Amino acid sequence: MRGPLPGTVRAALIIAGKDLRSELRRRTALVSAVVFAALILAIFNFARDPTSLRADQLAPSAFWITCAFAAVTALSRAFAVELEHGALDGLLLAPVPREALFLGKFLGNLVFVLVVESIALPLFVLFFNVSLNGALPGITLVALLATVGFVAVGTVFSALTARVRFNELMLPVLLLPFMLPPLAGAAQVTAALLNGRPLLESAGWLRLLLVYDIVFVTLSLLVFPALFDE
Amino acid sequence: MLTVAGLLAVAAAYARAIMFTSIEAVQGPAQKIMYVHVPSAWCAFLAFILVGICSALYLWLGDRRLDTFSEASVEVGVVLTGLVLITGPIWGKPIWGTWWQWEPRLTSTLFLFFLFVGYLTLRRAIFDPAERARYSAVVGILGAMLVPFIHLSVYMFRTIHPRPVVLNPEGPTMPGSFVATLLFSLGAFTLLYLGLVTMRYGLGRLRELREARHVPVA
Repeated sequence: MRGPLPGTVRAALIIAGKDLRSELRRRTALVSAVVFAALILAIFNFARDPTSLRADQLAPSAFWITCAFAAVTALSRAFAVELEHGALDGLLLAPVPREALFLGKFLGNLVFVLVVESIALPLFVLFFNVSLNGALPGITLVALLATVGFVAVGTVFSALTARVRFNELMLPVLLLPFMLPPLAGAAQVTAALLNGRPLLESAGWLRLLLVYDIVFVTLSLLVFPALFDE
Repeated sequence: MLTVAGLLAVAAAYARAIMFTSIEAVQGPAQKIMYVHVPSAWCAFLAFILVGICSALYLWLGDRRLDTFSEASVEVGVVLTGLVLITGPIWGKPIWGTWWQWEPRLTSTLFLFFLFVGYLTLRRAIFDPAERARYSAVVGILGAMLVPFIHLSVYMFRTIHPRPVVLNPEGPTMPGSFVATLLFSLGAFTLLYLGLVTMRYGLGRLRELREARHVPVA
């Protein structure tokens, strides 16, 4: 465990790397998450009254709801895959702190969800006829701020529900309330940016998202080890 | 005993609210729903804060009684938030002209209700008592931290909820008799909350005893 980085961070990076590598080799989860996101975006366009609501008015909410659902499906398998062939027991027996396991899983999930979001964004621009008009840096920032927080909580709940009955239903029931603040902020800021308003006007939301991230990443890191305290 | 006292006190609070407190000039009789709505909301939030604290203490101390208390408090909390969510729209229809309004306190209460229900659903899905206690504590801690964020997020939308009428920086904006009735009702509901939680806690302890003797729980 000697190296330029502290042991915990190194172990976390190794775990995240392992997850992302196995994801890149199989690609089933990534492909299905992207197709899933594309489908929701397409269906959203038809789940409205075209005579009273223009597609671009619905666009920010459609994009963020899509990202939320895609993230839930991705998170639901983050720990479920570790149950196959007893891989989780192997991870738990490895001489790394539980915090490293959380950080590794969190980083892996974060990269995964961000990749899905970055593939969904061009589709969203295409389907909803949105012109970004230089809003891309702002949207990237708010996407990062919103995603970090709910992926942290989602990683804890993913580990928590993996071994529980009805886990595919339990995860959204527990996680969706935690998505309200990030999604509300992300949708508001995205809408303001698409309307050509400056990013600084949304400083209040960005601050809220940042505090949310700090609180929930810290808290998740603290409570995560309790899940495996046997 | 506490529950009986609580029920009697709530009945007395109703009597005082209906018969001995004057009718509000603008809102009319609809205002009286406040004497149920506000105390329920306060007690529901009290229930939730206690769950957050007990969950954190459980992960630290590992005392099973803390878990049993959290479960009891959540169950009573579900009833109380349910009560807030029922009385709110009944008052909102004549006064706001709408049953539902996405406003910070209403939304926080609704999500409190969702969190409580999610917490109880999770408990039902886990058999091992120690695992159930640890998992519930994790959800309890995260949930307790979430509520202020929901409140803030919705606050950044426009609100039409009445401003706090008692804990207001400029002092109570209600006549003294209204405040007295409200405080009386608050005391009654707190008593009822404590009574119900104590009863439910006793039941939880009995269930633990039975689990310890390996008798299957129905």
